[in-house]
Amino acid sequence: MKTTYREAIRAAMREALLGDERVFLMGEDVGRYGGCFAVSLGLLEEFGPERIRDTPLSESGFVGAGIGAALGGMRPIVEIMTVNFSLLALDQLVNNAATLLHMSGGQFNVPVVFRLTTGAGRQLAAQHSHSLEGWYAHIPGLRILTPATLEDARGMLGTALEDPDPVLIFEHGSLYNVPGEIADDAGLVNIDKAAVRRAGADVALITYGGTLPVVLESADRLAAEGIEAEVVDLRVLRPLDDAALLAAVAKTHRAVVVDEGWRSGSLSAEISARITEQAFFDLDAPVGRVCSAEVPVPYARHLELAALPSVERVVEAVHKVVGAGG
Amino acid sequence: MNGDAGPRVAADPAHARELLRQMLRVRRFEEKCVELYSATKIRGFMHVYIGEEAVAAGVLSTLAPDDAVVATYREHGHALLRGVDPGAILAEMYGYQEGCCRGRGGSMHLFDAGTRFYGGNAIVAGGLPLAVGLALADKMAGRSRVTACFFGEGAVAEGEFHESMNLAALWELPVLFCCENNLYAMGTALGRSESQTDLALKAAGYEVAAWAVDGMDVIAVEEAARRAVDAVRAGGGPHFLELRTYRFRAHSMYDPERYREKAEVAQWLERDPVSLLHASLAAAGDLPDTEWERVQRAVDAEVQAAVDFAEAGTPEPVEELTRFVYSERGAQ
Ligand SMILES: Cc1ncc(C[n+]2csc(CCOP(=O)(O)OP(=O)(O)O)c2C)c(N)n1
Repeated sequence: MKTTYREAIRAAMREALLGDERVFLMGEDVGRYGGCFAVSLGLLEEFGPERIRDTPLSESGFVGAGIGAALGGMRPIVEIMTVNFSLLALDQLVNNAATLLHMSGGQFNVPVVFRLTTGAGRQLAAQHSHSLEGWYAHIPGLRILTPATLEDARGMLGTALEDPDPVLIFEHGSLYNVPGEIADDAGLVNIDKAAVRRAGADVALITYGGTLPVVLESADRLAAEGIEAEVVDLRVLRPLDDAALLAAVAKTHRAVVVDEGWRSGSLSAEISARITEQAFFDLDAPVGRVCSAEVPVPYARHLELAALPSVERVVEAVHKVVGAGG
Repeated sequence: MNGDAGPRVAADPAHARELLRQMLRVRRFEEKCVELYSATKIRGFMHVYIGEEAVAAGVLSTLAPDDAVVATYREHGHALLRGVDPGAILAEMYGYQEGCCRGRGGSMHLFDAGTRFYGGNAIVAGGLPLAVGLALADKMAGRSRVTACFFGEGAVAEGEFHESMNLAALWELPVLFCCENNLYAMGTALGRSESQTDLALKAAGYEVAAWAVDGMDVIAVEEAARRAVDAVRAGGGPHFLELRTYRFRAHSMYDPERYREKAEVAQWLERDPVSLLHASLAAAGDLPDTEWERVQRAVDAEVQAAVDFAEAGTPEPVEELTRFVYSERGAQ
């Protein structure tokens, strides 16, 4: 059937709400307004204000309340409008959600799911555009998901709700309108493994989330010049699927990581390090990286575009690693 | 709504005419922004101030040039009335280097050092602690300046509001907190986000002097603001004004307005601060038609000049992308 990324997430929420009365959704403007990106549109009318709960502008409060409700036996889905606003709730996410199980010696697990919009590309400037999922992937105790396809938009939420521990799902703002076909019975998907989105033997392009379409387009461009790229969609940023990374490198001997996050102290650095640590002798060239420029995302269109990973920059990085070594 | 009659015309009709002119500048500028947004000249998120003009006009007319202003993402009007060049504001929204922030900030992030306009902040309540700090610096340096901080009633639910109220009161800082209560935070009505909807009472709970004002009556706003600013400047500590107003347009350019009734909007439109003051002045014989036409023409000319300036703008060279992440030593 036809769907969009936005509708797929809505369908996943609907299914979860219908299937488990402990599930409820809360966040700013998820109800009457219909969701700031219209993801939850219509859910209030179907499930009522108890389960589709509009919150005041109180990120730290309602994120913490989501954690508390999970401790109390509920299965909350907490929507945080954008990752930039999640910074107001960082204390609850990092000091409570991620630590309670460990600090309590295994007594208190926190089965809560957070949904956040992430990423740039819509000229929203430096307080609405950052990609901080890599930061969250630094935190032990959290599971970090980045659905990039309709199947994952449809399937990750349900699996995340079955997880006994806190899960953050990052939805890239540029994906909501992406249309496509999805199986009528599309359902839960694994939340452990990376996926190969395109097979190729010359170079591994490793990416996730909103950058996947850019990377797939780059792979097409490269194919036209005779370079076949294997495209790995990480899907899960924590815990990372090392086996998938190593398999791709063993096959292609060259890798480029494409990440909308900044380069310094980043997820791309972590991936590069893991490859170097575990597959150094498989490599024919140093691992390449394409990241966002080290600047708060600017408003002006041309500057924003120049700051973000692009097909041109990916192709250029591939030329470098393919040209290098033997 | 409080107050049923139209605004009282101040003792000084010339001054009332000036306030009307200032409100009209914002109204016409914002209408133009909406038009330019539809024409995709302006992009990103944009929030206009139409309906709320009396608040910024009344408060800002009471500030001195070396006072400071902190605002939100709905700040075109505040920037304009604070004296930021209209062309530079519009060029900013076009993303051009002639903009007040070289196109780095856009509609939600206008800044201007020359008028001590400290933004433009797209994080709800993010400006309040900054205002507290600006005032702290003034107090520590022994300057008698005031920092006016504007924010919506939605911000009152954030922890930063409460922490800022307490700090400002605890340290007796010269801040004027201006809460623009337009009844909705995006789609969330005040009564759905606050257990106590009397916002002045909340501020008073922190020992901040606080009162509510009819934010559709620019004369009343100015009177209240003057009283508060005078007290703050005289060392009376932070003050809080709850300015009761209404946003006539959608929250942003993407908002389908599912959360409020058209009838409610229509009812508030009858209290349009611009037409009400115009009507009072006209009725009192203090604003001849010819004069009003002249004012409108001048305001339209200002807006047109800003558009011309923005249209002639140029993009900053891409090579400069990573500037302004750190200060340029020696360049300051
Ligand atoms: C911390 C944070 N959370 C959420 C948002 C999204 N958001 C932007 S404006 C807004 C409503 C704010 O309402 P209010 O403070 O009353 O100001 P108004 O827009 O009515 O002027 C929301 C929820 C944000 N910008 N920052």
